[in-house]
Amino acid sequence: MTEIYRVEGLHLSLADMTRKPLLGAAPRIEILKGLDFTIPRGAVMGIVGGSGSGKSTLGRALVRLLEPSSGSIRFEGTDITHLGEAALRPLRRRFQMIFQDPMSSLNPRHRVGGIIAAPLRLHGFDDVAARVDRALDHVGLPRGFAARYPHELSGGQRQRVGIARAIALEPEFILADEIVSGLDVSSQAQVLNLLGGLVRDLGLTLAFISHDLSVIRRLCSRVIVLYQGRIVEDRETAALFADPQAAYTRELLDAIPLPDPDQPWT
Amino acid sequence: MSYLSIRDLEVRLKGGGRLLRRVSLDVARGEVHGLVGESGAGKSMIGKAVLGTLPRSVEIVSGQILLDGTDLLAMHPAARRRLIGATCALIPQDPLTALNPAHRVGPQITDRLVDILRWPRAKAEARARELLAEVQIAEPERVMRCYPHELSGGMRQRILIASAFAAEPKLIVADEPTTALDVTVQKQILKLIQAMQERHGTALLFVTHDLGVVSKICQRLSVLYAGMVVEDTDVRTFFRAPQHPYSRALLAATPKYTDPTHSLTPVPEAVIATVRAEVAEADRRAGA
Amino acid sequence: MLDGRGTIRHKAGLRLWLSALWLGLLVVLALGAPWIAPKDPLAQDLMLGRLPPFWVSGAEPGYWLGTDSLGRDVLSRILWGARLALTVALVAGTLTCLIGATLGLMAGFLRGASDLVISRLVDIWMAFPPVLFSILLVAVLGPGLFSIIAAIVLIDWTRFARVVRAEAMTQGAMDYVASARVAGRGRIGTMALEILPNVLPTIGVLLTLEMGIAVIVEAILSFVNLSISTDAPSWGGMIAEGRTSVHQAWWVLVFPLLALFLTVLSFSQLGEGLKDRFDPVLR
Repeated sequence: MTEIYRVEGLHLSLADMTRKPLLGAAPRIEILKGLDFTIPRGAVMGIVGGSGSGKSTLGRALVRLLEPSSGSIRFEGTDITHLGEAALRPLRRRFQMIFQDPMSSLNPRHRVGGIIAAPLRLHGFDDVAARVDRALDHVGLPRGFAARYPHELSGGQRQRVGIARAIALEPEFILADEIVSGLDVSSQAQVLNLLGGLVRDLGLTLAFISHDLSVIRRLCSRVIVLYQGRIVEDRETAALFADPQAAYTRELLDAIPLPDPDQPWT
Repeated sequence: MSYLSIRDLEVRLKGGGRLLRRVSLDVARGEVHGLVGESGAGKSMIGKAVLGTLPRSVEIVSGQILLDGTDLLAMHPAARRRLIGATCALIPQDPLTALNPAHRVGPQITDRLVDILRWPRAKAEARARELLAEVQIAEPERVMRCYPHELSGGMRQRILIASAFAAEPKLIVADEPTTALDVTVQKQILKLIQAMQERHGTALLFVTHDLGVVSKICQRLSVLYAGMVVEDTDVRTFFRAPQHPYSRALLAATPKYTDPTHSLTPVPEAVIATVRAEVAEADRRAGA
Repeated sequence: MLDGRGTIRHKAGLRLWLSALWLGLLVVLALGAPWIAPKDPLAQDLMLGRLPPFWVSGAEPGYWLGTDSLGRDVLSRILWGARLALTVALVAGTLTCLIGATLGLMAGFLRGASDLVISRLVDIWMAFPPVLFSILLVAVLGPGLFSIIAAIVLIDWTRFARVVRAEAMTQGAMDYVASARVAGRGRIGTMALEILPNVLPTIGVLLTLEMGIAVIVEAILSFVNLSISTDAPSWGGMIAEGRTSVHQAWWVLVFPLLALFLTVLSFSQLGEGLKDRFDPVLR
């Protein structure tokens, strides 16, 4: 099998609580409107789109934080579309997620060591301490950071902890949801270089959600462009940037302000 | 002659460290001046110092903020507030929280004109309609009767821009006005700010962390590190031949989709050591 | 580097120490009342009625804070009354906290059916006027320590349930909860290990507030003569008696009132102070 994920006819709708009538159920809004794609093993898959395009929803469906309304998601051949939490648990080690806001995704009451160790203990690893150390080494943080609390770290360091937690489980797949959008350019460059290196060294498959095509181009081998819950383009990165097919992709590319005063930007 | 002139502005945490280290810069009428730097570099602090909205934990220690030759810091606080209210405006970062959700949009634009500048209400409303049309809102009448939550983020940012230009300010501070927006909407909003600024001949202090945005909208820029201006130059020179090693490092860390071979380099330790040494040297001289 | 936080934290330290000092002293005095109290709190002597405190002329040696109209020693009665007040504060406060916080945590984090049931129950409960409710309860159960504690727990668990539910809902929306799910942690485990540590500081503040409230409720019940047996010393009972003779013997009213005031204030300051002092997360 060459693909790690196979997604077919994926629909997902959520209750729209802002339009909930006084009595009765909230209307459902369809976020994902029938997506078909595969993620090849070893790929770095970029998922790009504007706000409201459904890219984060798609990501959360892939790691089954959300349950699709219809269609199917197969992970390594297993249909995980409607699996219950108990049935998912053994699979959870194999697909991990790095979150956008490390301030929110790292429990403020736990130390870094505990944050990285907790998933390892849950999945019954015995050499937990050694694995925590190794994960910290991988993301370039001193081992002494295990004793610190998240609020004692900088934004870039926190995001490294998020990465360490995900790779400690030695998953086959990692979903990274807008993980550099809150960082300064310098930390962003560090985290992107780190992630690129880890994908190479650990043989990971990565889905990288971003609104920033410049970042996508730097990191990804393949790109899915989402627009209002539909895939408008799904191609190799080089081909997509050389010759964008969809009107929306062209619009996105044209809108990026390059750090160059001579770029025509009309 | 420059409209806004900041001279040796020194801001400290009350009873604590320096936040702005003898910052000087000039913005001419009709000019857009960018303030760039990483988070915590003090770029927003400069805008807040000009508009008199610094947090209470912070104080201006020394320096001058000259608005058309008048030193704001030498004025009586009440007179200073009146002058700022009549001549300056802010385009805030977050369009979702900058409008009061409990009030309709129309009064939020006109109240300032009526209450502070003593315009007749009819004149203020006519002006608001005119401005909403100017920021390309199709049905100004309808939008003015809307509540903020009924409008999209881009729409709200247009309203905030209209509101900023309403009283014909001479100086506008824009604090990361497009950071919360999609890249396609960002482009529209930047074009709009630019068109409005050119038409009204406003001086614009533009705070941003995005060098791409700077290259599109600014004529000059100041690069800040730890509250110190490390480079103050015109945009063309900056992107062609940045003088300071920290400026060069920031450019090297900025991704560019047109150049896939461009390897992203984080700001090197050596460069950080260099600027830190400059900051320490400046502190030493200020202490002496 | 110094910043504004330093001074705030210093003040927090002061009120923490003052309140802890008073409560610690009170605990020692209450535990040691049989040995420390100068007189028998129940001994009446009409010859010695309404003696003033020691610094006022006409005072008798040995009766430091004077006597009431029946000649009982005010200081001794306050010390013995502290035993009741503190017992009620600790037992009722803790029970209320355990029940209310558990229900609140379940409603706020597990949502769904448990939220529906618990929230409706809270709504209905809160529609009863609390003081009347407690008086009614004690009247039905009969006076006694158990009745007082039961009344406080039954009335005040909603206070915990509401606040903890809201806090658990906020915390439940944070990504560290999603992250625990991605790691494969179950719902109950997430509630206990991820959510609870983040709600604990709030629970701690509420708990000490509740202890103060318990002291007040006990005093109110004693005031209306529904606490433990009528002649056993309690602050509320003393206040009720002192009220009738306030013009002739103000000390009978003022000293228990002062003890009550300081104790309730100390409980509330203790909670806030502990939170400021020991919460590792500076927000």
